[in-house]
Amino acid sequence: MSILDSKAPAGPLAEKWSKHKASIKVVSPANKRKLDVIVVGTGLAGASAAASLGELGYNVKAFCYQDSPRRAHSIAAQGGINAAKNYQNDNDSIYRLFYDTIKGGDYRARESNVYRLAEVSPLIIDQCVAQGVPFAREYGGSLSNRSFGGVLVSRTFYARGQTGQQLLLGAYSALNRQINAGTVEMHNRTEMLDLVVVDGKARGIIARDMITGEIQKHGAHAVCMCTGGYGNVFFLSTNAMGCSGSVAAQIYRRGAYMSNPAFVQIHPTCIPVHGSQQSKLTLMSESLRNDGRVWVPKKKEDAVKLQKGEISANDIKDEDRDFYLERRYPSYGNLVPRDVASRAAKERCDAGFGVNAEGKAVFLDFKYAIDRLGRDTIEKRYGNLFQMYEKITDVDPYSNPMQIYPAIHYTMGGTWVDYNLMTTIPGLYSLGEANFSDHGANRLGASALMQGLADGYFVLPYTIGDYLADEIMVPKIETTLPEFAEAEKSVTDRLSQLFNANGSEPVDYFHKKLGMIMWDHVGMSRNEAGLKTAVSEIRALRDEYYTNVRIPGELDNLNPELEKAVRVADSFDIAELMALDALARNESCGGHFREESATEEGEAKRNDEIGCYASAWEYKGAGQEPVMHKEELVFENVKLVQRSYK
Amino acid sequence: MADKILNKLYIKIWRQKNSKSQGAFETYELENVSQGSSFLEMLDILNDQLIREGNDPVAFDHDCREGICGMCSLYINGEAHGPDTEITTCQLHMRKFNEGETITIEPWRAGAFPVIKDLIVNRNAFEEIQQAGGYVSVGTGGVPDGNAIPIGQDDAEEAMDAAACIGCGACVATCKNSSAMLFVSAKVSQFAKLPQGKVEGKRRAKAMVSKMDELGFGGCTNTGACEIACPKAISISNIARLNREYLCAKLAD
Ligand SMILES: Cc1cc2nc3c(=O)[nH]c(=O)nc-3n(C[C@H](O)[C@H](O)[C@H](O)COP(=O)(O)OP(=O)(O)OC[C@H]3O[C@@H](n4cnc5c(N)ncnc54)[C@H](O)[C@@H]3O)c2cc1C
Repeated sequence: MSILDSKAPAGPLAEKWSKHKASIKVVSPANKRKLDVIVVGTGLAGASAAASLGELGYNVKAFCYQDSPRRAHSIAAQGGINAAKNYQNDNDSIYRLFYDTIKGGDYRARESNVYRLAEVSPLIIDQCVAQGVPFAREYGGSLSNRSFGGVLVSRTFYARGQTGQQLLLGAYSALNRQINAGTVEMHNRTEMLDLVVVDGKARGIIARDMITGEIQKHGAHAVCMCTGGYGNVFFLSTNAMGCSGSVAAQIYRRGAYMSNPAFVQIHPTCIPVHGSQQSKLTLMSESLRNDGRVWVPKKKEDAVKLQKGEISANDIKDEDRDFYLERRYPSYGNLVPRDVASRAAKERCDAGFGVNAEGKAVFLDFKYAIDRLGRDTIEKRYGNLFQMYEKITDVDPYSNPMQIYPAIHYTMGGTWVDYNLMTTIPGLYSLGEANFSDHGANRLGASALMQGLADGYFVLPYTIGDYLADEIMVPKIETTLPEFAEAEKSVTDRLSQLFNANGSEPVDYFHKKLGMIMWDHVGMSRNEAGLKTAVSEIRALRDEYYTNVRIPGELDNLNPELEKAVRVADSFDIAELMALDALARNESCGGHFREESATEEGEAKRNDEIGCYASAWEYKGAGQEPVMHKEELVFENVKLVQRSYK
Repeated sequence: MADKILNKLYIKIWRQKNSKSQGAFETYELENVSQGSSFLEMLDILNDQLIREGNDPVAFDHDCREGICGMCSLYINGEAHGPDTEITTCQLHMRKFNEGETITIEPWRAGAFPVIKDLIVNRNAFEEIQQAGGYVSVGTGGVPDGNAIPIGQDDAEEAMDAAACIGCGACVATCKNSSAMLFVSAKVSQFAKLPQGKVEGKRRAKAMVSKMDELGFGGCTNTGACEIACPKAISISNIARLNREYLCAKLAD
């Protein structure tokens, strides 16, 4: 048997969570007051968890690196949040949401966790409404829904194009209420730099006050990581600048296993890279594919002229346009899932049909929808996105097609957790995008927000009690313990090592290089030789980093370059795992496309004989090869079939 | 379309080592900036240059770089978030600037937002105001079904208009009195428009306003400058609503 115990309860799928809740331990109110919990991160997962735990009576300390919890990256989510409410009477159900999520994830997620996610999803909407989240409404006053890619029902709730913002402000308001009540102590602009483990249990963190540079020690009976994804390992992504995976790497080095790091989502509709000065890619919402048609020229010579700027899109006649998604996938057309659309765009561009100067863009054209529905309708539906596009590119998308290209967007991989959301370190939990729990090899649109809030409001507050019930006799964790001194020293040594490298290149120089390696070899299309190259290039660049990075400023003052330096150092460790994991998984599934595992037409081919597992990587020390453990995935309720969108 | 290159720019920036030291402007020359770059990418280029020259780079706040997190906070050529409308600094592009131009960059200036370093200010006052009452007092769980209370579309839309505030502080930085009324009124209005928020509306308005006064923000004299500077076009009609809510609350005392 594997050393990984998922603790997934036995019994019928629909009864697992209730039975589990009935069987786990509960902490009395008097004892809750004696227990301290640290929550790192205040996005949807962290803010909802910290607020709920504070309200239950635990003493909570919460941390974030921004100047306010409200600025976590969750704020940027646009499209919406799924829930199996069946308000539309379109035959949605908990089972259907569960099934869509498992299938959308290409059968690489744990059934029990995904079912629970679907089961608590309706509660999330109720909770948010009660907090005053201004969801979109119908004239009659009921909640509106829209549909999203990969599903056949309308179950997505939204607040204009700012759903993440509104949900986060809701969770933030709940958090503020607890801060005001004194149950949560909030530490803004405070960055976690290490985990403290005492006698095998997570007992605290080492953090840096980002204003003064002071290194702090915080003890607790349990520690929760709600630190988001690691998309910025690629340097260019739709993520906020701080989504580095730094905490994932810190806890990995302390013994928490990292699961499925190779599973990264590449979103097909982002504004293309415009040159070497760029720092960030902007997402154009998936909803645009409802009305936009994706195309490139049929003739190579037209593409070349476009690349040279000699002609523009509107010069190309309809019959000379290749609507390649409609051609290849007649039944889903422009609405194929994200991974399929991304690979198809790359295929055309690699074949020389890209439409911008770099040859790395395709058109997303609204001309046809405007002809059919009128400009007003399109403006109502997408006005804010069109405005954003024009501000960034200086091109009017009403009269010219948008140029888009795939970009890194979301990381399905993350810290391995069991059914209780506990990592392989007792007392250490991982929630939200930071864990690997629910999305398998590909996440469906509008399901990340659902997962973050499910974990924080409705899962952790129950499961953490089971662990803490055995901790009630443990007195306050004193930060005078030698383990805190050891962790503190390892942090200060690391900071000095980077700071004293005194090399010649700024942090971004290395980060960009790392991003390039990742995009070229661990991006949309992967193969054995490329992945091996990536592993050795990542390791060589990491070695160079520690000797040749230049960090200006002071250790004991606000120093954004130092902050970045630590994050990028950690990103190297995650990058290495991503390449190793992709190398080990010799099949294609979801966002992970191995060229060796494709059909004759070039479509991804999953291989359940070898791929039905979640990987869990164990750290073995600096310079040592990490070891991969496997959690075999058992499907008792769904039948595994190849996805087809033809 | 290829973007034009700005061959030379003069960047005049407020430099201040920490909250205790005196700050001053310094001017840097910068070459080869694509007009397709964002304003923050221009600062990245400047910082790369400063680091390579052995100087301390300019500290500024930023994170999402797509206009929603509210971290970025620059006063550019005398305007909060610079010379474009309804965008944040991170969405501002170098197309708005000309060859050879001197660009002046300052932090938010307001007594309640002290400078921490260079262009970074301390906006904790906003946190304290929200903690004082910017919420509906509802716990996790045990709430009614989402559709149990119908909310008219107009009310939901108006609540959303107010809720769009990103808490950046441009309104305070722009106001000659450094008033936080637009910020506070946006939060109060969002809840005032929804049945869930109405219940404790009076208490909320009083708590948030008295916290705001305590923290040293100035009074509102209805100049409307805040509304123009707001990247999310939050309307000053919210301030009128806040005044009403506050007055009712006081009368009820
Ligand atoms: C542009 C965009 C649009 C999206 N749209 C949608 C959508 O429509 N629907 C959907 O479901 N999902 C969407 N997603 C995905 C979704 O937004 C995220 O997956 C989700 O919000 C992650 O929430 P989280 O709470 O796990 O992490 P985050 O919101 O990323 O929060 C991470 C927190 O951890 C803190 N942190 C990190 N490291 C440290 C450290 N070292 N010390 C202290 N604190 C730390 C940060 O300060 C922050 O508070 C979108 C993502 C992007 C990028």
